[in-house]
Amino acid sequence: MHFLNSLAVVKDFKYAESHEWVKVDGKTATVGITDHAQDHLGDVVYVELPEVGAAVNQGSGFGAVESVKATSDIYSPVSGDVVEVNEDLNNSPGLVNSSPYEKGWIMKVEIKDDSELTNLKNSDEYAKFCEEEDAKH
Amino acid sequence: MRGGGLWQLGQSITRRLAQADKKAVGRRYFASEAEQKKTVLYDFHVANGGKMVPFAGWSMPIQYKDSIMESTVNCRQNGSLFDVSHMCGLSLKGKDCVPFLEKLVIADVAALAPGTGTLTVFTNEKGGAIDDSVITKVTDDHIYIVVNAGCRDKDLAHIEAHMKSFKAKGGDVSWNIHDERSLLALQGPLAAPVLQHLTKEDLSKVYFGEFRITDINGARCFITRTGYTGEDGFEISVPSENAVDLAKAILEKSEGKVRLTGLGARDSLRLEAGLCLYGNDMEQHTTPVEAGLNWAIGKRRKAEGGFLGAEVILKQLAEGPKVRLVGFTSTGPPPRSHSEIQDEKGTTIGEITSGGFSPCLKKNIAMGYVKSGSHKTGTKAKLLVRGKAYDGVVTKKPFVPTKYYKPS
Repeated sequence: MHFLNSLAVVKDFKYAESHEWVKVDGKTATVGITDHAQDHLGDVVYVELPEVGAAVNQGSGFGAVESVKATSDIYSPVSGDVVEVNEDLNNSPGLVNSSPYEKGWIMKVEIKDDSELTNLKNSDEYAKFCEEEDAKH
Repeated sequence: MRGGGLWQLGQSITRRLAQADKKAVGRRYFASEAEQKKTVLYDFHVANGGKMVPFAGWSMPIQYKDSIMESTVNCRQNGSLFDVSHMCGLSLKGKDCVPFLEKLVIADVAALAPGTGTLTVFTNEKGGAIDDSVITKVTDDHIYIVVNAGCRDKDLAHIEAHMKSFKAKGGDVSWNIHDERSLLALQGPLAAPVLQHLTKEDLSKVYFGEFRITDINGARCFITRTGYTGEDGFEISVPSENAVDLAKAILEKSEGKVRLTGLGARDSLRLEAGLCLYGNDMEQHTTPVEAGLNWAIGKRRKAEGGFLGAEVILKQLAEGPKVRLVGFTSTGPPPRSHSEIQDEKGTTIGEITSGGFSPCLKKNIAMGYVKSGSHKTGTKAKLLVRGKAYDGVVTKKPFVPTKYYKPS
């Protein structure tokens, strides 16, 4: 991991502008939300997980993350079928805050079209994107 | 009592993780931050890590370095200091100020002993709530009132219009809006011990709802033993030029245990205490009877009326209101304002007006209106969140026991 403005990005992951990350391992992708996202959300109290077997599409909503104050929809960075969801988040939604890139993973997807990965940002591009977003404010 | 649309605020201050149209439009809700009013503690908040957000025309701290959950728990374990200077404090004076105010509120103002106050509701002609407020009889010719920031313009216009016609008939009343003063709320088990270090007033004799004009940290303050958290505590009206020093003194005397706390935790605390938020749980069309505030209608007022909307309210007292505000606990995601409430068969019976995850109880709590008949504690219901139904049950308020300082 490297840090930019004290928020972490992981080098080999890919990122969506909507602040989800994806770790690609052959045909399987693991998805979660970034450190930047969890920092802005605050304490996560509930994660609405997708169903195993459900189809997801790049850019479409697949669930939601609830913090003390608000709900945020989460968008899939890849297209494919959900093969696993992180059941630990049912009892420990706070894992999204404490470990957004490891223990706080949300779903695993069997990718249908890996050419879509080129639509995503790499860690440097994403870090820069966050910097620009924060600078507007 | 306080606020105005904290749910809407919460929705907007959390950056949406994506937008339907995918444009990289600046998501900062507070684009017009420059136009927001600032309390005298603004720089102090920023220096202490306050995350400032727009609220009812003011730039206020939603939280500091602590998370909202940590702040909420700390308030009940130690204490919290809130800047609530955005709320509007005013004094009514004159020998007829009591009968004047009685036309506008449901309280038995005449029966209040000097130095005591109460939560009340300003009503309109239909019996609906214009605002909720804490009013205090300082003396028979001086009443101190605090109203919500979000209702300031509306409330002042309403009071002014009635004052004009009252005076035209020869009534003796005038007002003074306390824009030269700031308001701090000190809440939690350490509130009284810490404040005692800063005043000669014997706080052990100041009970819940009581008021004093006294020196605190060398400044002439109005203190009311009241709050919006369910905990013991005080609201302190201080001359604005002394506000920052008072805040610093309170924090120092507590050796860091009392912490600056923002509006996010304030909302969690009041919800845990089962207190209404005007704009969510009470609105222009909601009567105090529907909102569960029968106790706030003075006994004599129930017999005599004499306040705006009395006919509607007295009828509801006699026949029972058609809807009632009740508390809920539920499983699944926290219900939010406007979540639909259904009975076990799936028929709509009401709507949630406030909801969230309770940091102290570690479960979902909510308040909402249901049709009478479905309001009894223990009634099972379904709460709809994002189209899915989750189990809920009508639960007695407050959700967290209150700790008001009352004589034994």
